[in-house]
Amino acid sequence: MKKKLNRIYNILCVIFALVFIAAMLLTVNSLPSIGEPTNPTNNVVSEKYLTDASWETGSLNAVSGMILDYRAFDTLGESCVLFVATIAVFIMLRRDEDSNPNLPTQYLNQSYEDEDDIIFKKTLEFLFPVILCFGIYVIANGHLSPGGGFSGGAIIGAGFILYLNAYGLDKIERFANSKTYLACSVCALLFYGLAKSYVFYVGANHLHSIIPVFADGTIFASGLILPLNIAVGIVVSNTVYALYIMFRRGGFNK
Amino acid sequence: MNYFLSNLPEFVSMVCFGIGFTNLLLNKNMIRKIIGLDIMDTSIYLFLAVKGYIAGTVAPIVTLEEQMVGVNTSLYTNPIPAGLVLTGIVVSVSVSAILLAITVRLYEEFHTLDIDEIIHMVREEDRRAE
Amino acid sequence: MQIFMASLLILLLILAISVSFTKKLLPAVLIYMSYSVITSIIWMLLQSPDLAITEAAVGAGITTVLFFVAFKRMGLFKKALDEEKEDVNEKEVK
Repeated sequence: MKKKLNRIYNILCVIFALVFIAAMLLTVNSLPSIGEPTNPTNNVVSEKYLTDASWETGSLNAVSGMILDYRAFDTLGESCVLFVATIAVFIMLRRDEDSNPNLPTQYLNQSYEDEDDIIFKKTLEFLFPVILCFGIYVIANGHLSPGGGFSGGAIIGAGFILYLNAYGLDKIERFANSKTYLACSVCALLFYGLAKSYVFYVGANHLHSIIPVFADGTIFASGLILPLNIAVGIVVSNTVYALYIMFRRGGFNK
Repeated sequence: MNYFLSNLPEFVSMVCFGIGFTNLLLNKNMIRKIIGLDIMDTSIYLFLAVKGYIAGTVAPIVTLEEQMVGVNTSLYTNPIPAGLVLTGIVVSVSVSAILLAITVRLYEEFHTLDIDEIIHMVREEDRRAE
Repeated sequence: MQIFMASLLILLLILAISVSFTKKLLPAVLIYMSYSVITSIIWMLLQSPDLAITEAAVGAGITTVLFFVAFKRMGLFKKALDEEKEDVNEKEVK
């Protein structure tokens, strides 16, 4: 009986998926062909962003000028989503070491890394600074070249994960513990919210903002976009490292 | 045929969406379900990014001279879908992290990845409790 | 250019289908990783390098690492190794 039901469910699923794909393909079939400049997606909004973003925000990259200046509250909400996701993962994967001393933390620490992996350690001695510098470069040049807070933060977080795997928990937890995580994330989010609130308040009341926009193609050309990129990068790299350490260890050390 | 070839990314993204959805429905393994959800995410992002593409243009990073003189908009692609998708990619990672955390938690409790078996065990426990 | 694009897209379809036909979980995750990498190449061709660099760092890097560390925590790697050893032993016996 149960097997029969299962088979009926499977067949229904396949039929539903096929009908769904067919409907989607029929809909896509009647869309305008891609790559044409006259498509309805290429309207006045994108023209406005392209023409005005470079001198209004000082950012040569129109994408980062858009997501960090015109639609900046969207990015703030997204950074908050990352923070909340870390907290949710922490709630689900926490190991309470005080109330239950029998948990094999020692075993956990050892089971992940080979103790004397000298090739990995020596390679990372050269590679880790390069990865960090590349991440910082991607974050700091977010308004002049492709990149920005999201990608640079992910690169730095991946670098920290590599460092943890090479040198072990004891070394990295001298600087990466729950206190620094909370301080960095909360300060970055607060700074982001306050700075953007000020800018929107000033703009809505037609006042003159005290933050200068040079728009001359240097790294400080774009007023608030560089600090906002750094804040987003801090939040993203913290999130990446925190998610990894939650899965591996079940929380930061105290 | 020409239309089909030029619109191939849209068709492929829709078919990938369907495949991911089928993965989500048919597979009983939770890890495969999460991968199916990720495939659905990525195909939707592909669709959105294709919508902003204009043939014969370059990425929306203007040069310094153009910033002074005034930007010729017909040289650059549409920046709006890229901005939309950029936020989506990072959110989809946190979604899959939460789903993985739920999976790990269930595995530690029931020692299986099969969702049907987990539901079966939960029902048995409820019956025993009654 | 169009042929390269079309071949990448067809590869994308093959990868998406082959996720559900792998027997073990580790190849499925690796296939998803290559799916992300190919998506980022397609975005590079579609002139959106912001998306390409983010997808290559986040979709291919971080998601895969999270999957692997979750496997490690659930002990699936050890299980797979034991099963392989058993297979080898059975073959030797036969």
